[in-house]
Amino acid sequence: MLVMGAPINLNHPGHYVHWGVIQISVANLVVISVMVVLFVLAMLLPFPKGRNRR
Amino acid sequence: MTAPALSRTWTGRLRARAEQALPPEQLLPDHQPVYVASWIYVFGVLTLAAFIVVLVSGGVLALKGPQWWHRSSTGHYFNSLHLWSVELFMAFMVIHLWGKFFMAAWRGRRAMTWITGAVCFLGSIGTAFTGYLVQSNLDSQWISTQAKDGLNSAGVGAFFNVLDFGQMLMWHIVLLPLVVGFVIGIHILQVRRRGVVPPMEIDPRDLVAQNVTS
Amino acid sequence: MTTGVTKWAGRTREYDLVKEFVVALVVVSVLTVALAAVFSSPDEKQITISTWSRGAPNDFVLTAATELDGTSGTATYGAPYNHTPDAAQKIGPVSLQHIAGVTHPIDTVADFVVGPLTGVPADAALAAALAQWQGAAAGQQQKWASGYDDALSKATDNDPAQVKSGDYGPVPVMLTRLLTMAQSGGLDGALLAQKQFFATDYTKPLLFIADGSYLEDRARAQHLGGDQWGMMNETGNYPGQAWLWLYTFWYQVKPFSTSGNADALVWGLMALLSLALVLVPFIPGVRSIPRWVPIHRLIWRDYYRGIRT
Repeated sequence: MLVMGAPINLNHPGHYVHWGVIQISVANLVVISVMVVLFVLAMLLPFPKGRNRR
Repeated sequence: MTAPALSRTWTGRLRARAEQALPPEQLLPDHQPVYVASWIYVFGVLTLAAFIVVLVSGGVLALKGPQWWHRSSTGHYFNSLHLWSVELFMAFMVIHLWGKFFMAAWRGRRAMTWITGAVCFLGSIGTAFTGYLVQSNLDSQWISTQAKDGLNSAGVGAFFNVLDFGQMLMWHIVLLPLVVGFVIGIHILQVRRRGVVPPMEIDPRDLVAQNVTS
Repeated sequence: MTTGVTKWAGRTREYDLVKEFVVALVVVSVLTVALAAVFSSPDEKQITISTWSRGAPNDFVLTAATELDGTSGTATYGAPYNHTPDAAQKIGPVSLQHIAGVTHPIDTVADFVVGPLTGVPADAALAAALAQWQGAAAGQQQKWASGYDDALSKATDNDPAQVKSGDYGPVPVMLTRLLTMAQSGGLDGALLAQKQFFATDYTKPLLFIADGSYLEDRARAQHLGGDQWGMMNETGNYPGQAWLWLYTFWYQVKPFSTSGNADALVWGLMALLSLALVLVPFIPGVRSIPRWVPIHRLIWRDYYRGIRT
């Protein structure tokens, strides 16, 4: 009941993706995808630079 | 001004060694090598920040005891903070690990930095696992009765009993955080001591008086 | 060989570590507060022996029958619970499980059935049944218990009321009373409180529950089964321990998925792989991968671009 207070209720039956032997929840897939996206962005986005010394 | 010579006492020797290994300008430098210019460098500090949020949210849960979060909506919210900070902690740590791997960040006598980092990762997995065991809900019942088989098969179950709630609570809130926190401390001191790993090719201008090892 | 500069004496740039840390702490705190507020966290209600025995009484009685005739998962487990021969898993010729020994002895007959029943007061029929059980030779006890377990397995829906008549001695009375005790919640307490008042060790009640199929059915419905990559899953639509992907992966593929030693083999393999992760800097080939994969060219692109030869 307390959980129902959350704007997005994740307590419904889980969604799963099957691909051959691989079986993964959509939630885990989202988490892993976000990690990969963050990694790629960290590689590509320019980093603000401080002042040079020497 | 020169500092007075330290005495030959154990205390004096320890201080001399600490100052030699980590002088203040190296412990808290306000400059970094020019190559430290990528967003990948922030994932280490993000992991550390998430670790602190994990400790604080877990600390509040500890204040009120292990059953609080089942009864109170405030307790449940703190449980949610604990869960999501752990998800962030693990995600940031793994991205940090990917980045450090592709930089081959163990080069130049930095193997111990890598080793302590990898031990942090493994220790955090153990800590998270014991956290799942002490939720005292269906998850804990299933995870403990399943995990016992792996641990028993390796002989570990003989002294590390995942079905013993009290034992797992102690491991989760005392022993493992202490170990992980300690190893994180060593890891960070290693980073400060050895510095951030340089690129694989060095500009000749930066090679002045450099100490290159193989 | 990997080479590297041990101490940087080249060009530097102003970099505020403390500010970076404070900003990171604020960002992570805000993210955590927001994620917790939006998504909350799961708390799938625990099951008790009481809810199990009321929700699936036939499964409970069948499980209790296997505890009594020594065929349940716990009764045949081996170390650390009992001395069942050849039950311990092996890695090659070595059984760490066996070497570690029986540190948590469990006698399912005494601990799960007879012991709790002897605490039930003022029940003449039960007292007579227990006296008959305790007065019988071990062979006779086994005959009664196995006979009843077999008959119950064959009965429609494993319903005790549908069991074919036979000589089961005191077993039907004992199991009926154990069911009543379980449904009232008494067995939960009896299994936990054995010999002490304060209790934190749930080994006995959890093993008893796990011997039935009620817990497993609930878990499988939530995709938590071992062959469902369950280790990395969470109830509902929540993310789970995604970092266990490699550990749970091995259980899905041969030879592990069909091996009786899967737990020991996967554990051994993961111990080895974990050690390999720690020792990456010293493993030829693996430590050279970063040289071959040009991701470092992306990370240090500004620096490399500025190199003057």
